[in-house]
Amino acid sequence: MAERTITLEVFRYRPDSEQEPTFQSYTVPYREDWVVLDALNYLKDETDGSLSFRWSCRMGVCGSCGMMVNGTPRLSCSAFLKEYYPGPVRVEPLANFPVERDLIVGIDDFMNKLKSVKPWIVRDKEQPVSEGEYRQSPAQLATFKQYSMCINCMLCYAACPVYGLQPDFVGPAAIALAHRYNLDSRDQGQSLRKEVVFSHEAVWECTFVGECSVVCPKDVDPAGAIQQEKALGALDLVKSVLMPWGSR
Amino acid sequence: MARSKNEAFWWSLFAAGGGLAAMLVPVHIIVNGIGEPQGWVSPAGIRDLVAHPLAKLYLLALFSLPFFHCAHRIRHILYDFGLRGMPAPVAIVCYGAALLSTLWAVSVICSL
Repeated sequence: MAERTITLEVFRYRPDSEQEPTFQSYTVPYREDWVVLDALNYLKDETDGSLSFRWSCRMGVCGSCGMMVNGTPRLSCSAFLKEYYPGPVRVEPLANFPVERDLIVGIDDFMNKLKSVKPWIVRDKEQPVSEGEYRQSPAQLATFKQYSMCINCMLCYAACPVYGLQPDFVGPAAIALAHRYNLDSRDQGQSLRKEVVFSHEAVWECTFVGECSVVCPKDVDPAGAIQQEKALGALDLVKSVLMPWGSR
Repeated sequence: MARSKNEAFWWSLFAAGGGLAAMLVPVHIIVNGIGEPQGWVSPAGIRDLVAHPLAKLYLLALFSLPFFHCAHRIRHILYDFGLRGMPAPVAIVCYGAALLSTLWAVSVICSL
Protein backbone atom coordinates (compact mmCIF):
# COMPACT_ATOMS: atom_id res chain seq x y z
CA MET A 1 0.00 0.00 0.00
CA ALA A 2 1.36 3.40 -1.00
CA GLU A 3 2.38 5.68 1.82
CA ARG A 4 -0.24 8.30 2.52
CA THR A 5 0.88 11.91 2.05
CA ILE A 6 -0.44 15.37 2.79
CA THR A 7 0.33 18.68 1.10
CA LEU A 8 1.61 21.68 3.02
CA GLU A 9 1.28 25.11 1.42
CA VAL A 10 3.95 27.06 3.22
CA PHE A 11 4.36 30.82 3.23
CA ARG A 12 7.83 31.70 1.99
CA TYR A 13 9.52 35.07 2.22
CA ARG A 14 13.26 35.55 1.83
CA PRO A 15 13.83 39.29 1.91
CA ASP A 16 17.42 38.89 0.66
CA SER A 17 16.25 37.38 -2.64
CA GLU A 18 12.49 38.11 -2.99
CA GLN A 19 10.45 41.28 -3.13
CA GLU A 20 7.14 39.59 -2.40
CA PRO A 21 6.16 36.53 -0.36
CA THR A 22 4.97 33.40 -2.14
CA PHE A 23 3.43 30.05 -1.20
CA GLN A 24 5.36 26.88 -1.81
CA SER A 25 3.69 23.47 -1.86
CA TYR A 26 5.41 20.50 -0.30
CA THR A 27 4.25 16.92 0.01
CA VAL A 28 5.14 15.18 3.25
CA PRO A 29 4.37 11.72 4.60
CA TYR A 30 1.07 11.66 6.51
CA ARG A 31 1.27 10.15 9.95
CA GLU A 32 -1.54 10.32 12.47
CA ASP A 33 0.78 11.15 15.34
CA TRP A 34 2.50 13.99 13.50
CA VAL A 35 1.79 17.59 14.22
CA VAL A 36 2.36 20.45 11.75
CA LEU A 37 5.71 21.15 13.42
CA ASP A 38 6.82 17.55 12.74
CA ALA A 39 5.95 18.04 9.07
CA LEU A 40 7.90 21.30 8.94
CA ASN A 41 10.92 19.69 10.58
CA TYR A 42 10.68 16.83 8.07
CA LEU A 43 10.73 19.41 5.27
CA LYS A 44 13.64 21.24 6.84
CA ASP A 45 15.66 18.02 7.27
CA GLU A 46 14.73 16.16 4.09
CA THR A 47 13.47 18.56 1.45
CA ASP A 48 14.31 22.23 1.88
CA GLY A 49 16.88 23.34 4.44
CA SER A 50 16.20 27.00 3.67
CA LEU A 51 12.76 26.93 5.33
CA SER A 52 12.87 29.07 8.48
CA PHE A 53 10.60 28.84 11.52
CA ARG A 54 10.86 29.09 15.30
CA TRP A 55 10.34 26.15 17.60
CA SER A 56 11.79 24.75 20.77
CA CYS A 57 10.00 22.48 23.22
CA ARG A 58 7.55 20.56 20.95
CA MET A 59 5.13 20.22 23.87
CA GLY A 60 3.10 23.43 24.09
CA VAL A 61 5.17 24.99 26.83
CA CYS A 62 7.69 27.36 25.26
CA GLY A 63 5.30 29.34 23.04
CA SER A 64 7.80 29.60 20.16
CA CYS A 65 6.04 27.80 17.32
CA GLY A 66 2.87 29.85 16.89
CA MET A 67 1.73 30.01 13.26
CA MET A 68 -1.43 30.45 11.24
CA VAL A 69 -2.60 26.95 10.33
CA ASN A 70 -5.39 27.09 7.76
CA GLY A 71 -6.02 30.66 8.86
CA THR A 72 -6.23 30.01 12.60
CA PRO A 73 -3.50 30.91 15.09
CA ARG A 74 -2.19 27.62 16.48
CA LEU A 75 0.88 26.26 18.20
CA SER A 76 2.24 24.12 15.37
CA CYS A 77 3.40 21.58 17.95
CA SER A 78 -0.18 20.89 18.99
CA ALA A 79 -1.91 21.13 15.58
CA PHE A 80 -2.17 17.50 14.46
CA LEU A 81 -2.08 16.71 10.75
CA LYS A 82 -5.05 14.42 11.26
CA GLU A 83 -7.18 17.49 12.03
CA TYR A 84 -6.52 18.67 8.47
CA TYR A 85 -6.31 15.40 6.51
CA PRO A 86 -6.56 15.03 3.52
CA GLY A 87 -5.35 18.62 3.33
CA PRO A 88 -3.89 20.74 1.99
CA VAL A 89 -2.66 22.52 5.10
CA ARG A 90 -1.80 26.16 4.67
CA VAL A 91 0.92 27.35 7.04
CA GLU A 92 1.58 31.08 7.42
CA PRO A 93 3.34 33.34 9.90
CA LEU A 94 1.26 34.77 12.75
CA ALA A 95 -1.15 37.41 11.46
CA ASN A 96 -0.81 41.05 12.53
CA PHE A 97 2.99 40.81 12.94
CA PRO A 98 5.72 41.92 10.54
CA VAL A 99 7.32 38.95 8.76
CA GLU A 100 11.08 38.73 9.05
CA ARG A 101 11.61 35.53 7.06
CA ASP A 102 9.31 32.66 6.04
CA LEU A 103 7.32 31.77 9.17
CA ILE A 104 9.33 33.99 11.52
CA VAL A 105 7.70 37.21 12.73
CA GLY A 106 9.17 40.23 14.46
CA ILE A 107 8.30 40.29 18.15
CA ASP A 108 9.88 43.59 19.24
CA ASP A 109 6.52 45.36 19.49
CA PHE A 110 5.10 42.60 21.67
CA MET A 111 8.18 42.51 23.90
CA ASN A 112 8.04 46.28 24.44
CA LYS A 113 4.36 46.11 25.32
CA LEU A 114 4.95 43.24 27.67
CA LYS A 115 7.66 45.18 29.47
CA SER A 116 5.49 48.31 29.68
CA VAL A 117 3.01 46.61 32.05
CA LYS A 118 5.74 45.52 34.49
CA PRO A 119 4.87 41.82 34.54
CA TRP A 120 6.76 41.04 37.68
CA ILE A 121 6.14 41.40 41.42
CA VAL A 122 6.62 45.02 42.45
CA ARG A 123 7.18 45.79 46.12
CA ASP A 124 7.24 49.23 47.72
CA LYS A 125 9.98 47.89 49.94
CA GLU A 126 11.51 44.43 49.80
CA GLN A 127 11.44 42.72 53.17
CA PRO A 128 14.78 41.29 54.31
CA VAL A 129 15.43 37.61 53.63
CA SER A 130 15.64 37.02 57.38
CA GLU A 131 11.91 37.76 57.63
CA GLY A 132 11.16 34.81 55.39
CA GLU A 133 9.18 34.36 52.23
CA TYR A 134 6.02 36.22 51.21
CA ARG A 135 3.39 33.72 52.24
CA GLN A 136 0.30 33.12 50.16
CA SER A 137 -2.79 31.03 50.84
CA PRO A 138 -4.21 28.59 48.25
CA ALA A 139 -7.20 30.93 47.87
CA GLN A 140 -4.91 33.87 47.12
CA LEU A 141 -3.01 31.77 44.59
CA ALA A 142 -6.26 30.69 42.93
CA THR A 143 -7.23 34.30 42.16
CA PHE A 144 -4.42 34.73 39.63
CA LYS A 145 -3.11 31.25 38.80
CA GLN A 146 -5.09 30.97 35.56
CA TYR A 147 -3.47 34.14 34.20
CA SER A 148 0.02 32.96 35.12
CA MET A 149 -0.29 30.12 32.58
CA CYS A 150 0.45 32.50 29.68
CA ILE A 151 3.42 31.32 27.59
CA ASN A 152 3.75 34.52 25.52
CA CYS A 153 3.01 32.63 22.31
CA MET A 154 1.27 35.68 20.81
CA LEU A 155 -1.58 33.64 19.30
CA CYS A 156 -3.98 36.07 20.99
CA TYR A 157 -2.42 39.00 19.13
CA ALA A 158 -2.73 37.15 15.83
CA ALA A 159 -6.41 36.49 16.58
CA CYS A 160 -7.25 40.00 17.81
CA PRO A 161 -8.96 42.17 15.17
CA VAL A 162 -8.40 45.26 17.31
CA TYR A 163 -4.62 44.71 17.29
CA GLY A 164 -4.84 44.15 13.53
CA LEU A 165 -6.55 47.52 13.06
CA GLN A 166 -4.78 49.43 15.80
CA PRO A 167 -1.14 48.39 16.28
CA ASP A 168 -0.81 50.71 19.30
CA PHE A 169 -3.18 48.44 21.26
CA VAL A 170 -1.26 47.00 24.23
CA GLY A 171 -3.02 43.72 23.54
CA PRO A 172 -4.44 40.66 25.27
CA ALA A 173 -1.41 38.83 26.70
CA ALA A 174 0.25 41.94 28.14
CA ILE A 175 -2.96 43.12 29.83
CA ALA A 176 -3.72 39.60 31.10
CA LEU A 177 -0.26 39.46 32.65
CA ALA A 178 -0.70 42.89 34.20
CA HIS A 179 -3.97 41.57 35.65
CA ARG A 180 -2.16 38.47 36.92
CA TYR A 181 0.28 40.60 38.93
CA ASN A 182 -2.40 43.07 40.05
CA LEU A 183 -4.28 40.12 41.57
CA ASP A 184 -1.20 38.69 43.27
CA SER A 185 -1.37 39.26 47.04
CA ARG A 186 2.43 39.76 47.14
CA ASP A 187 2.36 42.55 44.58
CA GLN A 188 2.11 46.29 45.29
CA GLY A 189 2.55 47.59 41.75
CA GLN A 190 -1.03 48.22 40.65
CA SER A 191 -0.68 51.99 40.91
CA LEU A 192 2.41 51.83 38.66
CA ARG A 193 0.70 49.64 36.07
CA LYS A 194 -2.53 51.60 35.85
CA GLU A 195 -1.01 54.44 33.82
CA VAL A 196 -0.50 51.88 31.05
CA VAL A 197 -3.35 49.44 31.72
CA PHE A 198 -6.03 52.15 32.06
CA SER A 199 -4.72 54.12 29.07
CA HIS A 200 -6.62 54.61 25.84
CA GLU A 201 -4.24 52.19 24.09
CA ALA A 202 -4.88 49.39 26.59
CA VAL A 203 -8.13 48.17 28.14
CA TRP A 204 -10.36 50.85 26.60
CA GLU A 205 -9.31 49.88 23.08
CA CYS A 206 -10.64 46.33 23.54
CA THR A 207 -14.12 45.76 22.12
CA PHE A 208 -14.46 42.32 23.72
CA VAL A 209 -14.43 40.30 20.51
CA GLY A 210 -13.11 37.42 22.61
CA GLU A 211 -11.06 35.63 19.94
CA CYS A 212 -7.97 35.94 22.17
CA SER A 213 -9.56 33.59 24.68
CA VAL A 214 -10.78 31.25 21.94
CA VAL A 215 -7.31 30.66 20.49
CA CYS A 216 -5.34 30.67 23.77
CA PRO A 217 -3.63 27.25 24.02
CA LYS A 218 -3.35 27.55 27.81
CA ASP A 219 -6.96 28.65 28.56
CA VAL A 220 -5.79 31.91 30.06
CA ASP A 221 -8.91 33.92 29.06
CA PRO A 222 -7.25 37.27 28.30
CA ALA A 223 -10.64 38.72 27.28
CA GLY A 224 -11.97 38.07 30.79
CA ALA A 225 -8.85 39.64 32.30
CA ILE A 226 -9.34 42.78 30.21
CA GLN A 227 -12.99 43.07 31.24
CA GLN A 228 -12.02 42.76 34.89
CA GLU A 229 -9.36 45.44 34.42
CA LYS A 230 -11.98 47.70 32.80
CA ALA A 231 -14.16 47.32 35.89
CA LEU A 232 -11.12 48.18 38.04
CA GLY A 233 -10.51 51.20 35.80
CA ALA A 234 -14.08 52.38 36.34
CA LEU A 235 -13.66 51.87 40.10
CA ASP A 236 -10.42 53.85 39.94
CA LEU A 237 -12.34 56.70 38.29
CA VAL A 238 -14.98 56.68 41.04
CA LYS A 239 -12.28 56.67 43.71
CA SER A 240 -10.42 59.53 42.04
CA VAL A 241 -13.64 61.60 42.07
CA LEU A 242 -14.75 60.71 45.60
CA MET A 243 -11.27 60.61 47.14
CA PRO A 244 -9.00 62.76 44.94
CA TRP A 245 -6.34 62.81 47.67
CA GLY A 246 -6.03 59.00 47.58
CA SER A 247 -5.66 58.55 43.82
CA ARG A 248 -2.16 58.32 42.42
CA MET B 1 0.62 56.32 27.65
CA ALA B 2 -1.52 57.85 30.35
CA ARG B 3 -4.55 56.79 32.31
CA SER B 4 -7.73 57.85 30.50
CA LYS B 5 -10.49 58.92 32.87
CA ASN B 6 -12.73 59.91 29.96
CA GLU B 7 -12.67 56.38 28.60
CA ALA B 8 -13.36 54.98 32.07
CA PHE B 9 -16.40 57.27 32.33
CA TRP B 10 -17.89 56.32 28.96
CA TRP B 11 -17.19 52.65 29.52
CA SER B 12 -18.96 52.84 32.90
CA LEU B 13 -22.10 54.13 31.18
CA PHE B 14 -21.68 51.46 28.50
CA ALA B 15 -21.35 48.69 31.08
CA ALA B 16 -24.26 49.94 33.18
CA GLY B 17 -26.44 50.31 30.08
CA GLY B 18 -25.55 46.83 28.87
CA GLY B 19 -26.33 45.35 32.27
CA LEU B 20 -29.70 47.09 32.44
CA ALA B 21 -30.61 46.18 28.87
CA ALA B 22 -29.71 42.54 29.44
CA MET B 23 -31.44 42.14 32.79
CA LEU B 24 -34.39 44.54 32.88
CA VAL B 25 -35.54 45.00 29.29
CA PRO B 26 -36.64 41.34 29.05
CA VAL B 27 -38.66 41.86 32.25
CA HIS B 28 -40.42 44.85 30.69
CA ILE B 29 -41.04 42.95 27.48
CA ILE B 30 -42.86 40.32 29.53
CA VAL B 31 -44.64 42.70 31.93
CA ASN B 32 -45.52 45.57 29.59
CA GLY B 33 -45.18 44.04 26.17
CA ILE B 34 -47.02 40.80 26.84
CA GLY B 35 -48.59 41.11 30.32
CA GLU B 36 -50.55 44.32 29.66
CA PRO B 37 -52.12 43.28 26.32
CA GLN B 38 -52.95 39.87 27.80
CA GLY B 39 -54.63 41.48 30.80
CA TRP B 40 -52.22 39.93 33.34
CA VAL B 41 -51.12 43.39 34.44
CA SER B 42 -53.41 46.36 34.97
CA PRO B 43 -52.47 49.37 32.77
CA ALA B 44 -54.05 51.65 35.36
CA GLY B 45 -51.76 50.15 38.02
CA ILE B 46 -48.74 50.77 35.82
CA ARG B 47 -49.81 54.39 35.27
CA ASP B 48 -50.17 54.90 39.03
CA LEU B 49 -46.74 53.36 39.54
CA VAL B 50 -44.92 55.57 37.03
CA ALA B 51 -46.40 58.68 38.63
CA HIS B 52 -44.10 58.11 41.59
CA PRO B 53 -40.80 60.08 41.43
CA LEU B 54 -38.71 56.98 42.18
CA ALA B 55 -40.36 55.14 39.30
CA LYS B 56 -39.58 58.09 37.02
CA LEU B 57 -35.97 57.97 38.13
CA TYR B 58 -35.92 54.25 37.42
CA LEU B 59 -37.36 54.82 33.94
CA LEU B 60 -34.78 57.50 33.24
CA ALA B 61 -31.96 55.04 34.06
CA LEU B 62 -33.70 52.30 32.09
CA PHE B 63 -33.85 54.46 28.95
CA SER B 64 -30.77 56.62 29.24
CA LEU B 65 -28.06 54.11 30.12
CA PRO B 66 -28.82 51.77 27.19
CA PHE B 67 -28.67 54.86 24.92
CA PHE B 68 -25.10 55.42 26.11
CA HIS B 69 -24.38 51.71 25.77
CA CYS B 70 -25.51 51.91 22.18
CA ALA B 71 -23.53 55.10 21.52
CA HIS B 72 -20.30 53.60 22.89
CA ARG B 73 -20.66 50.46 20.79
CA ILE B 74 -21.44 52.43 17.63
CA ARG B 75 -18.46 54.70 18.31
CA HIS B 76 -16.10 51.73 18.36
CA ILE B 77 -17.75 50.19 15.28
CA LEU B 78 -17.22 53.47 13.42
CA TYR B 79 -13.57 53.43 14.45
CA ASP B 80 -13.28 49.89 13.10
CA PHE B 81 -14.94 51.02 9.87
CA GLY B 82 -12.12 53.48 9.29
CA LEU B 83 -13.07 56.63 11.21
CA ARG B 84 -10.33 56.16 13.80
CA GLY B 85 -8.59 59.24 12.44
CA MET B 86 -11.32 61.55 13.71
CA PRO B 87 -12.06 60.41 17.25
CA ALA B 88 -13.49 63.69 18.58
CA PRO B 89 -16.24 64.20 15.93
CA VAL B 90 -17.24 60.53 16.14
CA ALA B 91 -17.46 60.70 19.94
CA ILE B 92 -19.42 63.97 19.85
CA VAL B 93 -21.95 62.56 17.36
CA CYS B 94 -22.40 59.25 19.21
CA TYR B 95 -22.55 60.51 22.77
CA GLY B 96 -24.39 63.66 21.63
CA ALA B 97 -27.11 61.45 20.15
CA ALA B 98 -27.32 59.53 23.42
CA LEU B 99 -27.60 62.79 25.34
CA LEU B 100 -30.33 64.12 23.06
CA SER B 101 -32.17 60.81 23.37
CA THR B 102 -31.88 61.07 27.14
CA LEU B 103 -33.37 64.58 27.07
CA TRP B 104 -36.21 63.24 24.94
CA ALA B 105 -36.71 60.43 27.47
CA VAL B 106 -36.80 63.00 30.28
CA SER B 107 -39.55 64.94 28.50
CA VAL B 108 -41.57 61.76 27.92
CA ILE B 109 -41.11 60.57 31.52
CA CYS B 110 -42.08 63.97 32.92
CA SER B 111 -45.28 63.89 30.90
CA LEU B 112 -46.35 60.56 32.41
